[in-house]
Amino acid sequence: MKAVIIGVGLHPFGRFPGKSAMDMAADAVRAALGDAGVSWPQVRAGFVGSLEVYNPDASVGRLGLNGVPLRGVFNGCATAGTAVAMAARAIETGEHDLTIAIGMDKHPRGAFAADPSVAGLPSWYGQTGMFLTTHFFGMKINRYMHDHGITHETLARVAAKNFRNASANDKAWRRTPLSEAEILASPVLNYPLRQFMYCGPDEGAGAVVLCRADQAHKYTGRPVRVRACALRSRRVGAFEVQSPSVPVGEQAPSPTVDASREAYEIAGIGPQDVAVAQLQDTDAGSEIIHLAENGLCKDGEQERMIADGETEIGGRLPVNTDGGLIGNGEPIGASGLRQIHELVLQLRGTAGARQVPGSPEVGYAHLYGAPGVSAVTILST
Amino acid sequence: MTGSRQIPVAEGLFTWPSDEPRLIGGQCAGCGLVGFPAGPACLCCGGTAATEKLLPDRGTLWTFTTQDFRPPSPPYDGVDTAETFQPYALGYVELPGEVMVEARLTFRGEPDPARLAIGQPMRLAIVPYSVRADGTEVMTFAFTPDSASPGGRPPQTPPDRGDPSPRTPLGEA
Repeated sequence: MKAVIIGVGLHPFGRFPGKSAMDMAADAVRAALGDAGVSWPQVRAGFVGSLEVYNPDASVGRLGLNGVPLRGVFNGCATAGTAVAMAARAIETGEHDLTIAIGMDKHPRGAFAADPSVAGLPSWYGQTGMFLTTHFFGMKINRYMHDHGITHETLARVAAKNFRNASANDKAWRRTPLSEAEILASPVLNYPLRQFMYCGPDEGAGAVVLCRADQAHKYTGRPVRVRACALRSRRVGAFEVQSPSVPVGEQAPSPTVDASREAYEIAGIGPQDVAVAQLQDTDAGSEIIHLAENGLCKDGEQERMIADGETEIGGRLPVNTDGGLIGNGEPIGASGLRQIHELVLQLRGTAGARQVPGSPEVGYAHLYGAPGVSAVTILST
Repeated sequence: MTGSRQIPVAEGLFTWPSDEPRLIGGQCAGCGLVGFPAGPACLCCGGTAATEKLLPDRGTLWTFTTQDFRPPSPPYDGVDTAETFQPYALGYVELPGEVMVEARLTFRGEPDPARLAIGQPMRLAIVPYSVRADGTEVMTFAFTPDSASPGGRPPQTPPDRGDPSPRTPLGEA
């Protein structure tokens, strides 16, 4: 049995002093249920993700305790990909008729901080200032620019586009457009990446309601089909975040490449069919690299594509139409649900000022994060 | 603090004190993969039997970046503050035929990381990165441009093609 999305709900992303992640999650669930036209007791199972909240499944204390099975999920920045995949799979296997994926987070300000032991790494790696994700992204794009002729201006164009898209999104965090010159004048954090080329950890929540495709007509005239969910971890030889060493020789593809290929194969859909994409833009360089790693262009083509506006709303392949991580920040448990929320609006044709023209039929969502994990979800009308 | 003691940040990471220090890697007894640091299991096959392997002290720079803000502390344990923090460079150095190692690249802006270049020859150095309350210097490994190697002169212009900003990657005045 196929799974379809019948409802999406998103708590705005940003900073909400005094409001807990669970309260944001409850708001997102209520919005998703309202969008689907179902009541909480109709939900037969839920998959709930968060980094900061120890028991994210406790958010049902705000919805009505009714014994519904809830499973906590966590895959770093790919957490929401896993929540959606499991919610869809529970329907595909026939276990449940109607499920929900929920994600929430409320991060302190600044770069993510943790002890290296959480990633199985020795203490010295953190003591000496190397247990950070941000510098990895600087190193990966620096090498990529060297190999494929990507310029600093292209990094700035990507960030400017995402701020511009966020300015048309009332749920986004950073809604003030920034010019390429302003972005290029912001302080370097990890060369060549500057302050306004990075996303920041923040707060927010999302929820997605799914049901059996053959029952969707009871709830909506415009179900969005889940065509593929794939998740892959890193292989030996891939250049991955939080790696004190990497084997020499031919590099293995990133988990993004593996997850992407698997998702296209499952969906029977090719990169040329993708009408709108949400790609993990932890930083502007990541969006550029992920275009190629997801098969949406060849290495190096981004320089021309982005200069020509192909990834803008109205371009050939709009990317991060809601502002992406750069415009919305990254509450880890919810970030991927924001992507699904945006794709569902785009495929329904209800994205308002940021609607992709031409009735897009295929949407593509991609997540990537530590310790080298990627999730891809493909949706279609 | 002259004449202060020096200690390594961790045992088993590099041979030290030594006139010719080396990083201590591990070679898997099963599949032969070389890893650094010597870990509890092989990244490739999961094998738990390995032999210690001293890694070459020279290699080439595969990629690099800078760390322009003070890393979250803990886990970072430099004695600096957000105000006194001195940016440093980081990179992956390819030790030919063995392994690519992530490392700091010399400290305190010397040499200027704006003059680092992918492909540049590098050599190992053991350097202090922090100081304990009693004055003991904490040593870690780093790589520094190897001007003694053929072609080892640092590039004369920054590698950041097309950067319209006059700023250096370190944000130094």
